[in-house]
Amino acid sequence: MPRLPCCHPFQEDKMNRFERQVILPGFGTEAQHKLQDAKVLLIGAGGLGCPILLYLAAAGVGKIGVVDGDSVALSNLNRQVLFGEKDLGKNKAETAVRYFQDKYRDIRWEIFPDFISVENAQELISDYDLVIDGSDNFPTRYMVNDACVLLGKPLVFGAIYQHEGQVSVFNLGENSCNYRDLYPKMPSASEVPNCSETGVLGVLPGIIGNLMALEAIKVLTGFGNPLKDRVLFFNSLSSQTYEVEISPNPDSRLAMPGSLTGFEIMDYELACEGIKQLTWSEAMGKMGMEVAFVDVREPGEMPPLECTGLLKIPMSDLPARLSLLENSDEILFFCQSGIRSQKAAQQLKNEFPEKRIYSIKGGINALKTQ
Amino acid sequence: MPNNIHIKAFGMVAEKIGSTDLTLDYFRDSDALLEALQAKFPELKSVKFSLAINRKMISRKQEIPEDAEIALLPPFSGG
Repeated sequence: MPRLPCCHPFQEDKMNRFERQVILPGFGTEAQHKLQDAKVLLIGAGGLGCPILLYLAAAGVGKIGVVDGDSVALSNLNRQVLFGEKDLGKNKAETAVRYFQDKYRDIRWEIFPDFISVENAQELISDYDLVIDGSDNFPTRYMVNDACVLLGKPLVFGAIYQHEGQVSVFNLGENSCNYRDLYPKMPSASEVPNCSETGVLGVLPGIIGNLMALEAIKVLTGFGNPLKDRVLFFNSLSSQTYEVEISPNPDSRLAMPGSLTGFEIMDYELACEGIKQLTWSEAMGKMGMEVAFVDVREPGEMPPLECTGLLKIPMSDLPARLSLLENSDEILFFCQSGIRSQKAAQQLKNEFPEKRIYSIKGGINALKTQ
Repeated sequence: MPNNIHIKAFGMVAEKIGSTDLTLDYFRDSDALLEALQAKFPELKSVKFSLAINRKMISRKQEIPEDAEIALLPPFSGG
């Protein structure tokens, strides 16, 4: 039975809605269809996320997932332009998506009102073609980067500091650079203040977020040249830009978890605080040198490990017995699975920032499987 | 005789140096330059940043060509 035109006004609407970009030379219906078929995951619906969503939704990206566990605060409103006074206290991912639901009927939305973590990252990212990092802290930025590298997803990156922003596209095709090539050394949270401490004009994340949306559209459609292996800096006070070429850095990649299993047990907050993780073979290489090996498991955890020079300081006793480690310059912690040992390392690092402190990846469980 | 080195500083690094642009005497390689910068601006020791020579990021010690432009590029976290 022939379909009457009135049965699918939606399709015609859609063509009208995108007409001005479809008629662009080099863009056309082909690029538009690519956008409509694309699935984009946005991490963080904040100062960068709001403009990104405005323009990706307007451009007609087919499916958009929004991840944010934070809620709207009054001080967000100078730059997080999807929110208003009535939204205070509401979850940002839910509120941002609600803003669009009456506007466009042709976008599928997915809301994740939680913070991204090593536990949920894989599940969140797997279903999407492209990830956009609009988060606001280093542990999340390294975590999202590593997850995208391990899952083979391109990543549009953008970040701001006071009057400056930086934008790049990572992990786009083989041998493409990623965040660790740009910044091999993970900075601690205290090293670089964020917007809430330094202040920011709302326009800056607006500009950087728009550059990110632009990069996302270029990656998804193949239109233009994305900022692959390049990073663009923008200064809002001078209105100057500065572009730098990045190349793969083999050393920095060694610091990344080698597998998704390794990723799941990584503690990015600790890693940013300078706690390094070693494999057992790296750790064994330090045996016999002046290194303290510390088992932080509680008594009774199996199998017990016995060797000369091994210190047993159960996690529950560690605060009281930190002084035992006073004279060791290099200390290696391990536990059953590699989680408690990272916390132990952090406690010690706080007490003795100058010491070289490590946690053994995967703990005793990893030793058993080797 | 080799000329000067032109420094462009970004973010926190510019704050610690007190300027976004700086001209220094010539240094042969990136390690020597970093050492000199940290001696001149001790606060730089507490910030991590990457270094680009003539708009190319370097990952290890590299010679500095004459009249090079060096960018000191710290990471930003805000969003």
